[in-house]
Amino acid sequence: MERIPILKMGQYLLVTIQVDMHDQLAMTLQDDLTAKIVSDRARGVLLDISALDLVDSFIGRMISDISKMARVLDAQTVVVGMRPAVAITLVELGLSLEGVRTALNVESGMDLLRSVTS
Amino acid sequence: MNAIETQVLELKTTEDVVRMRQAVRQHSVSLGFSLVDQTKLVTAASELGRNTIIHGGGGEMKIEPLLETNRRGLSLTFSDKGKGIPDVELALKDGYTTGSGMGLGLGGAKRLSSEFHIQSKPGEGTRITIKRWR
Repeated sequence: MERIPILKMGQYLLVTIQVDMHDQLAMTLQDDLTAKIVSDRARGVLLDISALDLVDSFIGRMISDISKMARVLDAQTVVVGMRPAVAITLVELGLSLEGVRTALNVESGMDLLRSVTS
Repeated sequence: MNAIETQVLELKTTEDVVRMRQAVRQHSVSLGFSLVDQTKLVTAASELGRNTIIHGGGGEMKIEPLLETNRRGLSLTFSDKGKGIPDVELALKDGYTTGSGMGLGLGGAKRLSSEFHIQSKPGEGTRITIKRWR
């Protein structure tokens, strides 16, 4: 089955979504990521969505849910790389990803993750 | 694929939604839509395609280029023979949901489109047409 890879970087997990997300794939990622947070005792998750050319309500909810689930498991999430056209569309759709930490790129995302988990 | 032709795509699985989104993207690129307009139309299509599958039990989407003398656009029609929507006004409200979603699909798709038409009868299915002009 198709899966989105989750890379371990020290106490953090890095997820780069590079495929066109369909709903089942999003659900699998949620399951895999929560399991890996626990098994690797991860302190933070960096979710790179720079390759996504669309975030609809389903993917938006997945991002928001991942952030909430991670927090319950004592890990912080930072979403990085959202494209400007995606941000414009997401807000017009009615989603603002409240409560989700964001950064413009992977580098500033890692800095933010370090500062919120130290 | 010739972008100036009308195309009908089947919508039965979530993978079909991915293929449908790619077709809408290709057509809107060929018609010269801006990146933001492409993204809005593809996102609206994604919401409606998911509704067709989850609430309508599957169906199809027709994509038609709109070539007028002074403007160009795309028309997308989603149709299913599912259980229909008993109260369309209510279904268009943000936050209204019958499933596990966020209740943003219909209202959100309407906001992302230039024109939005919906026809639905309980027991007979739903047909939604959206248009976006460049």
